[in-house]
Amino acid sequence: MDGIATKSVGAALRHDSALKHTTGEARYADDIPEALGTLHAALVLSAVPHGTLTALRNEAARAMPGVVAIIAAADVPGENDIGPATQKEKLFADPVVEFAGMPLAMVVAATRDQALRAAQAVQAEIAALEPVLTIERALELGQDVVPPQVIRRCDAAAAIAAAPRRLSAEFRAGGQEHFYLEGQVALATPGEGGDMAVVSSTQHPSEVQHIVARVLGCGYNQVTATCRRMGGGFGGKESNASWVAAAAAIGARVTGKPVKLRLPRRADMIATGKRHPFLYRWTAGFDDTGRIMGLEALLAADGGWSLDMSGGVVFRAVTHAVNCCDVPALAITARAVKTNTVSNTAFRGFGGPQGALLMEDVVHRVAAALGRTPEEVRARNFLGVGGNSDELPYGQRVEGDLIARVWAEAKADSEWDRRRAEIAAFNASHPTLRRGLGSMVLCFGISFGIRHLNQAGALVHVYSDGSIRLNHGGTEMGQGLFVKVAQIVAEAFGVDLDRVAITATSTAEVPNTAPTAASTGSDLNGWAAHNAAVAIRGRMAEVAAAKWGIAPEAVVFADNRAWAERAGANRWLDFGELAKLCFIERVSLSATGFYRTPDIHWDPKAMKGNPFFYFSYGAAVAEVVVDTLTGEHRCLRADLLQDCGRSLNPAVDLGQIEGAFVQGMGWLTCEELWWDAQGRLRTVGPSTYKIPGSRDVPPVFRTRLLESAPARVDTIFRSKAVGEPPLLLATSVWNALKDAIGTPALDLPATPERVLMALRNKG
Amino acid sequence: MPQVTLTVNGTKHTVEVEARTLLVELLREKLRLTGTHVGCDTSQCGACVVHMGGDSIKACTILAVQCEGADVTTIEGLAKADGTLHPMQEAFREYHALQCGFCTPGMVMSAIDLVNKHPGGLSEQEIREGLEGNLCRCTGYHNIVKAIAAAADVMQGRRSELARAAE
Repeated sequence: MDGIATKSVGAALRHDSALKHTTGEARYADDIPEALGTLHAALVLSAVPHGTLTALRNEAARAMPGVVAIIAAADVPGENDIGPATQKEKLFADPVVEFAGMPLAMVVAATRDQALRAAQAVQAEIAALEPVLTIERALELGQDVVPPQVIRRCDAAAAIAAAPRRLSAEFRAGGQEHFYLEGQVALATPGEGGDMAVVSSTQHPSEVQHIVARVLGCGYNQVTATCRRMGGGFGGKESNASWVAAAAAIGARVTGKPVKLRLPRRADMIATGKRHPFLYRWTAGFDDTGRIMGLEALLAADGGWSLDMSGGVVFRAVTHAVNCCDVPALAITARAVKTNTVSNTAFRGFGGPQGALLMEDVVHRVAAALGRTPEEVRARNFLGVGGNSDELPYGQRVEGDLIARVWAEAKADSEWDRRRAEIAAFNASHPTLRRGLGSMVLCFGISFGIRHLNQAGALVHVYSDGSIRLNHGGTEMGQGLFVKVAQIVAEAFGVDLDRVAITATSTAEVPNTAPTAASTGSDLNGWAAHNAAVAIRGRMAEVAAAKWGIAPEAVVFADNRAWAERAGANRWLDFGELAKLCFIERVSLSATGFYRTPDIHWDPKAMKGNPFFYFSYGAAVAEVVVDTLTGEHRCLRADLLQDCGRSLNPAVDLGQIEGAFVQGMGWLTCEELWWDAQGRLRTVGPSTYKIPGSRDVPPVFRTRLLESAPARVDTIFRSKAVGEPPLLLATSVWNALKDAIGTPALDLPATPERVLMALRNKG
Repeated sequence: MPQVTLTVNGTKHTVEVEARTLLVELLREKLRLTGTHVGCDTSQCGACVVHMGGDSIKACTILAVQCEGADVTTIEGLAKADGTLHPMQEAFREYHALQCGFCTPGMVMSAIDLVNKHPGGLSEQEIREGLEGNLCRCTGYHNIVKAIAAAADVMQGRRSELARAAE
């Protein structure tokens, strides 16, 4: 498909809702006018991390104004289970309380304020049990939520023993709160005969449908889940949206009224899952040039109290642990252990960013030990460069030329050599401030790790006036998926984008969908919608061809017309005229489209295969300045380069890259989740949990897409995914901090306290 | 129940509210002006910013009864009756200064006040500092700062970046 001139596809078009967002017209779930009699729900959350729920004292709450129902485990009509992967995750504690913040009950009242007040009046009696609150303790106890995943190649121990030099280290990375600006919300409306309609702020309407059906004890066909848009998702509205919707649906079933559950920010932060914190332990063998010859590593993720999607997260961590480097002999073990904290979940990158931190830590400590630069050591080990293998330890091959290219271009963009010298001069002259330069090169696999999720469906209608209605299984969370897919459909029909109506995702229109996650939204849904559009276009071409007495293949769709033989020819029909003609001729103008990603396979026993359709590449350089007296820092400049293949929409893609970088920078620097000794999260709002603000962004912020690099596999219009990979570019800020303070040993998030500790440990 | 009379987007309303009702609840629930959003509940994220007497204010940090006689403008009241956008709205739309859009109304309202309070123009650094009370989780702020700088030029009658982009 590459080389075809396109009009819509590849254009830097604005977000489809841009006007609605700037006028306030865009409706989120909580903005939809409420039906008469709509009730509101509030959750009762546990204050203790582990125990047995012996009694709930509801009397006082029940007597409060407006209270209609108080619902606990025994009131769930179907199964009290919201597990997305295995069905073992209780919505309401019964009787074991697994974390501080676990829902114990839910109050339904006439107003939200009444529900929130009554929820505070419900008293829980909990017989306390000993909680496990650290990864270390959970590792000692061997309480894994999923069997360890181990990738091996050759004899790592022997390779390390035989290497001229050896190094071991331990470090850790923190979790991350999604802090989508729109909190979790769902509105459940009971219908006839036990039907339930759920409006949910969700990345996964199909899972909302399934879990609502499970808690209600009904068939999937009785539940319709819809989502027009989310106010941010980032992975936090994948499994976690489902249980919020399930709770609302239980409330609606019990009361017979529409019930809305919108979590206050504090409850959202306490009760919903986050990015997995990781603990790393590794030993590497290497030579004097920095070539890594063997590596043994443990990546231990804090899964929180239940499985959720931790299996997938550690899979992505273990498959991305060598990132862009070739390691001839290795043994990497990834574990997810159970602690009595909120169950950690998907967050942009899904373990990939945590995996890639391992190799960056190895590279930086090896470089420090050798007195070489990390950039030199990383490049010495690049996959597929300078005689190194281009095969990842699990057998999939990458494009080494692109790894070398993105680094070379980013280094040049950043004026690396000149600034290196400037920074050295600054540091020599300043008594307390230290500037540092850091880099990152990424190699990120695109596809869901779970093979069956790599499918998508779409439903396209052309109406007899030539207007087009587009629906697909992907959800819009701000990432621009809807406009990208609409561009693809407009391209397929040769019409202007404004002819394509974008509609809310609904399980009633496209069934059995995957979540919008793993950066695959446009890859999967783009193809599905294209296939639907092409099916309709083929039928329309036959009608036009019959009228003109030519072959259907000779009908050309362009400039809002169908043309005989070529665009600009003498014989043509307006697209709307042709649609009308199809209707008159009794030809269907509606089609479903389906797509499944080809050529992906994985052997979980051998831990080998080609789990990814392709890889995305990128590189970044960041500069920081650190105050060595306070540990504070600022990022002064960032140069980002990201491979988006042949971009479907460069404006959207650049925005994704900038946003991902800043979000990643937050994870690695200022965003610190803090639990007290009783296992209670104490960072429960933006006053205590610091996400990057406008002043935290580098004042010099240069982002560009890799040019002339169409995807080498058959992606939609040779584009590449963009959602997650650029989050890894923020690792350059961590690396710049290490450069500034002169030590590679820096735990994450690199808060001022940790920077000061690293300086002290350095001596 | 207390009554409050206030003008919102040019229309006078008299509304019964509880003493503890917040302005944002009055706007969203009583007047159904849902363009003003609630993000954090604690007056930090800025998704609820509206104008009161021309000054930006976080609508979740003021009680409805405190707004007696006030003149409030929300995001819905910015565009002209014929649909012509305020230059700040136009700039946010044009510069891809939004993704999920949830912070956008508050950002736009804060930005207009920020520009109005700097009649002599303002630097990128001043824009970044002035936006500290508005959080965005999607964009990384880069395009937001660009949009505000461009809108400031239009609002203050300097060289019009927007006009140039349109050409």
